[in-house]
Amino acid sequence: MPGFTAADYSAILLSVKVAITATLLSLPAGFAVAYLMTFISFRGKIVLDGIVNLPLTLPPVVVGYLLLLLLGRNGLIGGTLLQPLGIEVIFTWKAAVIATAVVGFPLMVRSIRVGMEAIDRGLIQASRTLGAGRLDAVITVILPLSLRGIIAGSVLMFARGLGEFGATIVVAGNIPGVTQTIPLAIYEYAGYPGGEAMAMALCGVSIAISVIVLISHEWIGRRTGRTV
Amino acid sequence: MKLSMGVYKRFGSFQLDADFEIDGDRIGIFGPSGSGKSTLMGLLAGLHRPDEGTILLNGETIFDSRKGLNVPVPQRRISMVFQRPHLFPHMSVKRNLLYGYRRCPSDCRTIRLESLLEVLQIGHLLDRGVAHLSGGERQRVAIGRALLSNPRLLIMDEPLSGLDDSLKFQIIDFIKNACGTYRIPYLFISHSQVETRIMTDRVLIVEGGRVTGLMTADELARARMKDHIAGYINLLKLRHIRNVHGMSVYEWGDRQLFISAGEDRPEDIFELSSAEIILCKRHPDAISARNLLRCRVSDVFETGGRLGVELACGKERLVAEIVRKAGEDLGIRKGVKIYAVIKATAFRRLR
Repeated sequence: MPGFTAADYSAILLSVKVAITATLLSLPAGFAVAYLMTFISFRGKIVLDGIVNLPLTLPPVVVGYLLLLLLGRNGLIGGTLLQPLGIEVIFTWKAAVIATAVVGFPLMVRSIRVGMEAIDRGLIQASRTLGAGRLDAVITVILPLSLRGIIAGSVLMFARGLGEFGATIVVAGNIPGVTQTIPLAIYEYAGYPGGEAMAMALCGVSIAISVIVLISHEWIGRRTGRTV
Repeated sequence: MKLSMGVYKRFGSFQLDADFEIDGDRIGIFGPSGSGKSTLMGLLAGLHRPDEGTILLNGETIFDSRKGLNVPVPQRRISMVFQRPHLFPHMSVKRNLLYGYRRCPSDCRTIRLESLLEVLQIGHLLDRGVAHLSGGERQRVAIGRALLSNPRLLIMDEPLSGLDDSLKFQIIDFIKNACGTYRIPYLFISHSQVETRIMTDRVLIVEGGRVTGLMTADELARARMKDHIAGYINLLKLRHIRNVHGMSVYEWGDRQLFISAGEDRPEDIFELSSAEIILCKRHPDAISARNLLRCRVSDVFETGGRLGVELACGKERLVAEIVRKAGEDLGIRKGVKIYAVIKATAFRRLR
C-alpha cells in the first residue's frame, strides 16, 4: 500500500473535523426544530417542515450551488453580512461545514423527532402540574427522554457528513490541504491513472471510521438504554 | 376549597360547556367515559385552555378569557394524579418524589418527605428505579409525588382503575389517610360509584360535556340504583370481633353481623347489594340465613318501578329494594317495624 501524503492526512483530519463541527453546530438548532415540530402547533408548520426536509430530496449539488449564490460575494448573506464583516466563507473549510450541516440537518431533526414522539405526553403534563415551567420541562423531561434520538441523529449526521461530496465540492472546492475531504480526495485519485491504490487506501480509512462510529453508537445506545 | 367554573371548550366535534360552583374538600366528579370529566379537569389544571369562560379557585381568578388572564400551570399549584402513574422513567423513586417539592416555593413546603414516606409506606423504595416497582407501589409514589408538591388542590383522574380490587382499597386508604393528614382538598374523578362514595362527600355529575347535577355520594347511589342489577350498594365499615362456626362475627353499630367472607383483620369494608336483603313482616321461627335484624323503615323511595326501602337499625342505615307488590303486601311505609334477612354469604369484602 502506498504511503499517504501530507495532503491525504489533512483530508482525513479535515473530514473528521468538518463532520464533527457540523454535527455540534446543528445539535441545538436540530433539537429546537424537532421540539417545535413535535410539541407546538403553529401556523406555517408545514412550510417549516418543507424547508427543513428540502435538502433531503434536492440533489446535493443543487444545495451547494444555492449556498454558493447565498454566501458568495454578491450573495444575499455573503454580500450584506459576511463581506462587511470581512468573513470569507466560500472555498474555505467553513463552507464545507455549512454544506455538511445543511445536507445533514433533516436527518438529525428526523431522528430527534422520532425520539420525542415516543415520549409519553402524560409525563410532560405531570411535570407541568408539579410546578415545572415550559423550559424546565424541556430540560428535565424532554431532553433526557429524547437522548437516544439525539445520539442517533448526531451519529447519522456525522456519518452523512463524512460522505458529503456534492454540496461541498461546489461551495468549498477541492483544494488539497485546505478543503479537500476524503471523498473529494478519492474522487481526485480515481480521476487520473495510477491513483487506484491511493483511492482504495482512502476507502479503507473511510470504512474504518464508519465502523468505529457505528460501534460507538451501539455502545452509547446501550448505556443510555439502561438508564432511560 | 371553593371552586367556580364557567367554561366552554370545543375539541373537534366534542363540546364542553360547564358551569358550576362547589365548596368542599372531598369532591367527586362522576360520569360515563367520554363525558368530559378529564377535559374539565385539564382546563382547571391549565393543561388545556378554555375557548372562553372564567375559573375561580378560592376566590382567585386563575382564568378569565375576557380579561385575557391565564395563570400558567405551575403557578396554579394544582397537582394531578392520573390513571397511569406517569413516573419519570429516567429518575429514581426519590428524585420522582422530590420533583414537585423542589419546585414549590419554600414557604409552601409543609408536607415533607420523611413524614410522607411513613404515611404511604414507601420508604424502602427510595433508591430504586421506577421500572422495578409493582403497580400499587407506582401509584403510591405518584400520589406521594403529587402531595409533595404541596398543591392547594389535588386532582385524581381515575387513579385506581389500573389496579386490582384488593390493591384498590388499600390505595384508597393511603390516599384518604394522606389527604386527611395534610388537609389537601381533592377532586376525585371516577366512573365507579363505590370508589366515589368511599372517597367523596359531594359529587358533580358530568354528562355529555355538561355538569348536570351536584349531590351527595349517597344521593348519587340512590339515583343510580335502578340502572344496576345489584341495585344500591350498601357499604359497611365493620369491626371484627371473633370467629364462630367458620364465619366471622363483626360489630355493626349495636348489632352483630355473621359474614362468611371475613378475614382476621380488625376492620374491613363490605359491600352488600340492596337486592340481597329480604324483608319479613314477622319474625321467622327458623331460617337458614344467619343475619336477622329488627329495624324500622326510615324512608321509602321510588326507583325504576321498584321501591327502595331505607332501614334504620340502631344508628346504622341499610337500603333494601323490593317490588311494589311486595311493598303493598308487607305494608311498607315510613315508621313500620320490620325484619331484614341477610345471608352470611351476601357480603363482599372490599379489601
